[in-house]
Amino acid sequence: MKSYDTIIIGAGMSGLAAGIRLAMFDKKVLILEKHTIAGGLNSFYARKGRKLDVGLHAMTNFAKKGERGKPLTKLLKQLRIPYSELALNEQHRSKVVFPNKELSFTNDLNIFTDEIISKFPHEKDGFMALLEDVRNFNEVSLENPYESAKERVSKFIDDECLREMIFCPLLIYGSAWEDDMDFSQFVIMFKSIFMEGFARPEGGVRRVITLLMKKYKELGGEIKFRSGVSEILTEDTKAKGVKLETGEVLLADKVLSSIGYPETVASIKEDLEVKPRVGKLSFTETILCYDKKPAELGIKDTIVFYNENDAYHYRKPKTLFDEKSAVVCLPNNFEIDDYSDGMIRLTFMANFDLWENLSEEEYKNEKNKVLEASKDIVRKLYPSIDMEPNFVDIFTPKTIKKFTSHHGGTVYGSIDKSRDGKTPVNGLYLIGTDQGFLGIVGAMLSGISMANLHCLMPAGAES
Amino acid sequence: METTEVRQKVLDIIADIAMDDDVNGIDDSVALRDQLDLDSMDFLDIVMELKKRHSIVVPEADYPQLATMNSCVEYLTPKFVQ
Repeated sequence: MKSYDTIIIGAGMSGLAAGIRLAMFDKKVLILEKHTIAGGLNSFYARKGRKLDVGLHAMTNFAKKGERGKPLTKLLKQLRIPYSELALNEQHRSKVVFPNKELSFTNDLNIFTDEIISKFPHEKDGFMALLEDVRNFNEVSLENPYESAKERVSKFIDDECLREMIFCPLLIYGSAWEDDMDFSQFVIMFKSIFMEGFARPEGGVRRVITLLMKKYKELGGEIKFRSGVSEILTEDTKAKGVKLETGEVLLADKVLSSIGYPETVASIKEDLEVKPRVGKLSFTETILCYDKKPAELGIKDTIVFYNENDAYHYRKPKTLFDEKSAVVCLPNNFEIDDYSDGMIRLTFMANFDLWENLSEEEYKNEKNKVLEASKDIVRKLYPSIDMEPNFVDIFTPKTIKKFTSHHGGTVYGSIDKSRDGKTPVNGLYLIGTDQGFLGIVGAMLSGISMANLHCLMPAGAES
Repeated sequence: METTEVRQKVLDIIADIAMDDDVNGIDDSVALRDQLDLDSMDFLDIVMELKKRHSIVVPEADYPQLATMNSCVEYLTPKFVQ
């Protein structure tokens, strides 16, 4: 029987990053991936000659080359990938659009601060104090207990509208919780979006995955595709290895699982005390391609967080999807535009259970309604796009379930995170979404820090 | 081994870790952490590279010895000889 130092389940961003760290220090490591390509939640496909990205709208955590102490710089250093290889292009400008207010932001925090001061002058001091609180908080400490971000932020900002406008992008770009998030996660997201900002690697998510795969293979790491894991093998709550869907058994001293907390627990036969809860949030995504590019029509926005409800409801909708609130991404609108078409990607919050119970006929009809609602929002935001799209594609919560195997079609995973990666099983650790660092930079940092902590640091140093 | 050789070997490791930093202007008497963007994770990498490349084991209690280039050379030279 084959035996490894570490087996990693899932070739997403976290699994690949963990794999690179382990292979770098001569560990015998194997990555198992269910699908035929790497990427996980952030992947890509081609349709009718178009190269399309899934998941990633933009990379958060933008940092300039050599900028010290930033998550992006840290992760590149740990993976030993030169900054230039990411070929990052910064966003033009993004905004949060609510019924009577709009706030723009760029990768320069001063622009956002000025916006807030001019549109919410009474909240100037409060916002400054919030910035100070965020700056001084150690969000990556693995010991932070859960703290409601809404409660903590209310201490600084009274105006509910401003609070919701600040929370809107942070929630929908990473929260597994409805209407609130853990303060550590709030700070991670606040820094990654408002203080550091958005960028896009030239070539999109393909570039990042290709870089990670190349590095991993150069270091001698082993990877198997079409290799779904049917069971994580344990004995007396100690990890032993995995059993593949083919029945093949592979042994390992340690197993790093990126498949999610509930999903990891579900693949263990032993009865464990924990029952991590499945998150409630799922999404639809509409891809619209146009003959003209947004810039040709005078549109400069990169990402728009759009909400026409009175308050911002970040929760599982009671209907199939919430057509009153969306994220609208214009991937052409970064410094360099390498697309041949104009493109808009539009995300709605959606209800997994309702989607799952549709008949085939209903499913098709409902997808069509998502398309019509998407076009409606595009018309409202950009009347100058007066043409029909030349290509459309739509994902639903069912698509997410199919490709990620996440229970409930979640993107941000369980509401129960394991910050130190530990599970009730010795030698089995979580990486990725349910360890709790967010975004693709967070996912890679999660893989790196868990590999360092549980597989590389000398024994005893963990405590 | 000459101290200049030991210095070069340490510098090679640091250059590989701090890829986007210029390591040529390092002041040997000033803490590496203050000159380069190195955090505790990166110091762990220096320790692991010493083991991987030169079979030198640095116990955790001795990590402070790696603070400056001078202290690195002083601490590691006898270990390279062994």
